[in-house]
Amino acid sequence: MKAIRKYIDKIKPNFEKGGKYEKWKSTFDSFETFLYVLGDTAPSKGAHIRDAMDLKRTMSIVVLALIPALLFGMWNVGHFHYLMLGEQATFMQEFLHGAIRVLPLIVVSYAAGLGTEFLFVYIKGHEIEEGFLVSGMLVPLIVPVDVPLWMVALANIFAVIIGKEVFGGTGMNIVNPALLSRAFLFFAYPAQMSGDKVWVSGLGGAEKMADGFSGATPLANAAAGNMQAMPTVWDMFIGTIPGSVGETSTLAILIGAAILLYTGVASWKIMAATVVGALSLGLLFNAVGSESNAFMQMPAYQHLLLGGFAFGTVFMATDPVTAAQTERGKWIYGFLIGVIVVLIRVLNPAYPEGMMLAILLMNVFAPLIDYYVVKGNINKRLKRAKVQTK
Amino acid sequence: MGLLSTKDTKLITNPMNLENPITVQVLGVCSALAVTVKLEPALVMAISVTAVTAFSNVIISMLRNTIPNRIRIIVQLVVVAALVIIVDQILKAFVYDVSKQLSVFVGLIITNCIIMGRLEAFALGNKPWPSFLDGVGNGAGYGMILIIVAIVREIFGSGSIWGISLIPQSWYIANGGFYANNGFMILPPMALIMLGVIIWVQRSRTKELIGK
Repeated sequence: MKAIRKYIDKIKPNFEKGGKYEKWKSTFDSFETFLYVLGDTAPSKGAHIRDAMDLKRTMSIVVLALIPALLFGMWNVGHFHYLMLGEQATFMQEFLHGAIRVLPLIVVSYAAGLGTEFLFVYIKGHEIEEGFLVSGMLVPLIVPVDVPLWMVALANIFAVIIGKEVFGGTGMNIVNPALLSRAFLFFAYPAQMSGDKVWVSGLGGAEKMADGFSGATPLANAAAGNMQAMPTVWDMFIGTIPGSVGETSTLAILIGAAILLYTGVASWKIMAATVVGALSLGLLFNAVGSESNAFMQMPAYQHLLLGGFAFGTVFMATDPVTAAQTERGKWIYGFLIGVIVVLIRVLNPAYPEGMMLAILLMNVFAPLIDYYVVKGNINKRLKRAKVQTK
Repeated sequence: MGLLSTKDTKLITNPMNLENPITVQVLGVCSALAVTVKLEPALVMAISVTAVTAFSNVIISMLRNTIPNRIRIIVQLVVVAALVIIVDQILKAFVYDVSKQLSVFVGLIITNCIIMGRLEAFALGNKPWPSFLDGVGNGAGYGMILIIVAIVREIFGSGSIWGISLIPQSWYIANGGFYANNGFMILPPMALIMLGVIIWVQRSRTKELIGK
């Protein structure tokens, strides 16, 4: 590590004012701070110790927490590819196929998003903020594996510009950029983002297919009332079901959740509230039941295991920028996400999955929730103050 | 322009730029979202609105000294409604297909804020000729934005321009290619985002508009 530090110090003067690469100072800074916390965490004067947990390291922890879901996703992609072909394959073969399919998604996602962000920094001349570090990793995990790469690139450019830069950059965005990117894909290219052909690698153009194989996601089956085709609860939990790359395995996501909660990066209140919200409406639907809509009978806890629910709850809803900021607001925000997800899934036949739309909608409402929570607090205290003066 | 004095020229050019009804005054946005999926209806709409704005401006300007102040809105509405019906009939007679595509939005020209805005702000206090120019200018400023938005939306949303396909059929995914039209472009939210981008570009180019 010392050698790297020395090298950075050696090339640093080139990027200072008057140096050779003065224009690239922001780019240089961003790479330097990626490796080292800028400035001292323990200054020589005074008693203050600054937290080394700055934005960049927060982001790094989220990326770390995404690794289990990513690795499982890679294997699952390969697993379903060979299952679809009806061929036997070893664990390594499956994993390698998945890795070859998923890595380009990650590279393109980062290249497009970061490229756009660097361009804006270059034009505006402010410092690079590393908001896209997480978004760039999230996007490949929430799209179907067969989505064309140029679409991912376009969606990321759109999300960075319209979702973030127009509002003032990282930390100012109203909606989650990764979800905006997915929403763009979903509405712009529905044929590549939904249906039962896109979730398994190579299924769209496959010439041969194993007998009885279906690439439909469990949620699509449930929405179509095809309840016999549902996987076992164990499969749902482990994640051996078709779906977006990183969202299928509840187990891998729970490992990520543990990392986020242990380091205090994500709010446990939001996660808990979302689960409670989904369970309560799910149970209500179970109790009401319906002759025509078989989805209503699906046990409520399965909502937590299927589709993007776990992934969205852990990694998307808890985004500290777009979520509610007040403590009571977090409960309301999370609870409503859970309720809306189940509502969209069960009652709207056009959308088998509602996680993306639910989080985006609540992202928009989060400031309003905060506003009324704060106002409620003020009123409560005012009342108390008046009682005492009497 | 030899025909027009400098002051008259300004009446036409200002609404195209610094006083654009859509991007600066943010009027008439509703119809701008609705009719800009393709270029042809957008152009017809632009011409229709220009005609209605110009002629209603002239008529109100001629009547301006006889209209009692308290009922001026209803008088304006009658004039605009009559002109819109004429435009609607002409469209039905000569470009029936486009008229069907525009459907209710031709009738809704009556409620277009730009027209009422110009009548209130300009025609009631100016002579017919400047009023006519003002109407033409504002209609053109409105139409210009409509056409820009429509061109972008038609190219990326339908892969064509004026109904002529720009993208070879073999490029499409359905035919074994790699391309797909952007379905989001056809939806109204994208038109709103496009308008936002146009406003953004205009504001970053003209410093006078910033910081008001």
